Amino acid sequence: MANIEIDGKQIEVENGCTVIEAARRAGVYIPHFCYHKKLSIAANCRMCLVQIEKAPKPMPACATTVAEGMKVYTASEMAVKAQKGVMEFLLINHPLDCPICDQGGECELQDQAVGYGSSASRFHEEKRVVLHKDIGPLVSAEEMSRCINCTRCVRFGQEIAGQMELGQAFRGEHAEIMTFVNGSVNSELSGNMIDICPVGALTSKPFRYTARSWELSRRRSVSPHDSLGSNLAVQVRNNRVMRVLPIENEDINECWLSDKDRFSYEGLNSNERLTRPMLKQDGKWQEVEWQTALEFVANGLRQIKDGAGAEQIGALATPHSTLEELYLLQKLLRGIGSHNVDFRLRQSDFSADGKQAGTHPHPNLPPEGEGATVSSDGGEPRQFLPWLGMSVADLGKADRLLIIGSFLRKDHPLLAQRIRQAVKKGAQVSVIHSTDDDLLMNVAHKNIVAPNAMADALAQVAQDVAAKNNAGISGSLLSGERVVVLLGNFAQQHPQAAQLQSLAQQIAAATNGKFGFLGEAANSVGAYLAHALPGTQGMNAATMLSSPRKAYILLNAEPELDCANPQQAMAAMQAADLVVAISAYKHHAVDYADVLLPSAPFSETSGTFVSTEGRVQSFKGAVKPQGEARPAWKILRVLGNLLNVSGFDQDNSEAVRDAALASVNIVEKLNNILNENVGRAMPDAVGEAHPTKTGGFQRIAEVPIYSADAVVRRAAALQKTRDAAVPRAAMHSAELEKLGVQPGAQVKLSQGQCCVYLYADADDRLPKGAVRVAAGHAATADLGAMFGTITVERA
Amino acid sequence: MLSVQVQEKIERELRKYPADQRQSAVMSALRFVQDEKGWIESSDMADVANYLGMAQMAVYEVATFYHMYNLKPMGKHTLTVCTNLSCQLCGAEEVLGYIKDKLGIGIGEVTADGKFGLREAECMGACVEAPLLSVNNKRLCFRLTPAKVDQILAELGGQP
Repeated sequence: MANIEIDGKQIEVENGCTVIEAARRAGVYIPHFCYHKKLSIAANCRMCLVQIEKAPKPMPACATTVAEGMKVYTASEMAVKAQKGVMEFLLINHPLDCPICDQGGECELQDQAVGYGSSASRFHEEKRVVLHKDIGPLVSAEEMSRCINCTRCVRFGQEIAGQMELGQAFRGEHAEIMTFVNGSVNSELSGNMIDICPVGALTSKPFRYTARSWELSRRRSVSPHDSLGSNLAVQVRNNRVMRVLPIENEDINECWLSDKDRFSYEGLNSNERLTRPMLKQDGKWQEVEWQTALEFVANGLRQIKDGAGAEQIGALATPHSTLEELYLLQKLLRGIGSHNVDFRLRQSDFSADGKQAGTHPHPNLPPEGEGATVSSDGGEPRQFLPWLGMSVADLGKADRLLIIGSFLRKDHPLLAQRIRQAVKKGAQVSVIHSTDDDLLMNVAHKNIVAPNAMADALAQVAQDVAAKNNAGISGSLLSGERVVVLLGNFAQQHPQAAQLQSLAQQIAAATNGKFGFLGEAANSVGAYLAHALPGTQGMNAATMLSSPRKAYILLNAEPELDCANPQQAMAAMQAADLVVAISAYKHHAVDYADVLLPSAPFSETSGTFVSTEGRVQSFKGAVKPQGEARPAWKILRVLGNLLNVSGFDQDNSEAVRDAALASVNIVEKLNNILNENVGRAMPDAVGEAHPTKTGGFQRIAEVPIYSADAVVRRAAALQKTRDAAVPRAAMHSAELEKLGVQPGAQVKLSQGQCCVYLYADADDRLPKGAVRVAAGHAATADLGAMFGTITVERA
Repeated sequence: MLSVQVQEKIERELRKYPADQRQSAVMSALRFVQDEKGWIESSDMADVANYLGMAQMAVYEVATFYHMYNLKPMGKHTLTVCTNLSCQLCGAEEVLGYIKDKLGIGIGEVTADGKFGLREAECMGACVEAPLLSVNNKRLCFRLTPAKVDQILAELGGQP
């Protein structure tokens, strides 16, 4: 520790601390541009020059480390003269276009020019001009003359996003920030460059020229997309969401946001919004009053219950719905006598259901909820409730990680970033997966196998770990002190999910590690807590669709995009007598639904998401619901009243939340452990695939990052990114050759009765006998199950 | 693709550095490419980046930072004339003017027959011999006069 003095204030900081950081802790602000606490030190803007006793010249505070007895003067004559001098140089080439600059009002240069700039320039020569660039649909680089070459964006790419897409080319006066050969910035974290740009050089393309920062009010919210629960500042004007910025929370999103969280707000203002309740009468859609629509739904459900039985009613919700919505949905269904409610729409293996085990820490407590069974060791069983298994902060401290079946960067952009930082500090990451996408971090070991070989690959690791084999993945895990084993979305959607889970659990146990799930969506954990799942008496999402029900309630779900088997889901929807779609959008349901009830997306309702680390985060609506749309929890509450179900008398969402979480000890509820062996054979196994003979391949299906939920599907700018391109059928070049297909040519892919035509790509990192075809996208919505066989032929 | 010869040279260079510091060879690698074809195309930079496991943009930064890399074809022989203070005081302007007239090209241009390219450079650290120019960044020619320039051009095969 070192005792130093900054502007007369005594402070003790650890050795190696920079002067600028010490000053921050002492409450002294030192002006700066290139310094950023999350990035490496560049010391190229020179704005943070301060006077240090005994130093003959001003020193940059960001690059000077403290020393015992150091005396720093940040506002002495020498320091201020240096800062003013730097400011004069920075402003020499900076255009005077603040009145039309998007950054105006929230510009670090503008703010500091007020403090350190002079009112007129002594520079009468020509200013330099830097040509504008097109670096993609999200980040605007239209006014690069504003750039002060601090290189924050470059360092962000290298250090945080893991890929250097922007760089500083040329030198001296000609230096400029650009991409390689007019390339675009494709990182899934690119929007953060807008935040860290201290001037108006990089601005938000969708937000450009739509509002001034001082016209906006900030509302706290929580990301409805991935399971991290990023904290959002939703900025609104005239009851419209204008943009979304991060709220710093070191334990969750740090100071970052993924592009999905940042730019998805465009979907909230989409033309596809459903703003009036609609009823299909004689095959025609008509806008009706809420009362009419709700009574129609209540009568319809009552008729089916009385006629065919309540078990003919099923409810499908997405885990992007709030805790309150999911709680009331399951309560409504159970109230009318059906337990057919599920949110695990993309899951295909439910064999862990009803076999939940793990011993309750308090053996005297009664079994909880549906499906609770007494485990063999005499303790009381616990509900299975998959979660991260640790806090997000702890994840960043792991030193050995095994990531099983995860499209990590696309499904969990900021968790991937955290793991990337851990790897930089020496952590080793091993991967078992069916695709070999670049994680933009060093991967110590990987085993890329076809989906049907995942369980074997994992079993091999489990065996190696048990035998203390010091080679490969096992060796890496055994050498760690803080081992983490994680199951990604692909593993959770896998037809042998339960088996993968119990193997992962064994591996974690044998390495004294933590074991967890990278939750699929913003409220995957919350949906379990709300008990929006069938328990032992009801049907799960897959069964509800494979043995079609007469009535379905869809909460935010678009079955052709959100379900594990869109073909089957759509057949069930078409055949049903009554489909009630509660949705913020006029989606494909207009073809098969009978009632459309406009619900409010996350920005227009209060609610709660429980993140994958079990963090309960409630938020309020940022704006009023559009048109006649209403928060879904209110819609469900009124439906409950109309159907005379008890317990539907909450006045606000907080009351619903409290009812849902009453007497729930969340920490105790979170439980990844299965005691029983729940392995099963790979259904629909192709075993030895003979692609040349039958054209039968194993399908590897990811859900593309910008197709994962209803809001993001309608976010215009995100839909123009490379990640949102129409899916292609990727396979090993040897397989393409056998089919006689050139890369780039069309192929015909069929599952069940339907086929789609996609362009083929060669990717030699994919396992042979498999084809990668994304799900969740309109172009592949006619296909069948996300896993299993798919036929590929020349088109 | 990088030619086998260039790859061999890069490999020799890589032996000078720790195995995990391949990017240390980037300047040499670019030089080898330029020696072979006279200039460095962006596809060459991408190849070098892939070969050394660097970001393409990082190679581009290096290639654009240093003046001695030609980012466009600069003829068979690139004449680089120093116009910094010492050379200027000793008549670099006149020499440069003479070369421009003689070849009929300006700075950054190439003669129609593709034989000569002309560039301007900052101090080459040999002011005692000013004014001076370099040929293909390999050979320094000292104490230039119009006569000396004629001689150099003749040696390189240009018409007087």
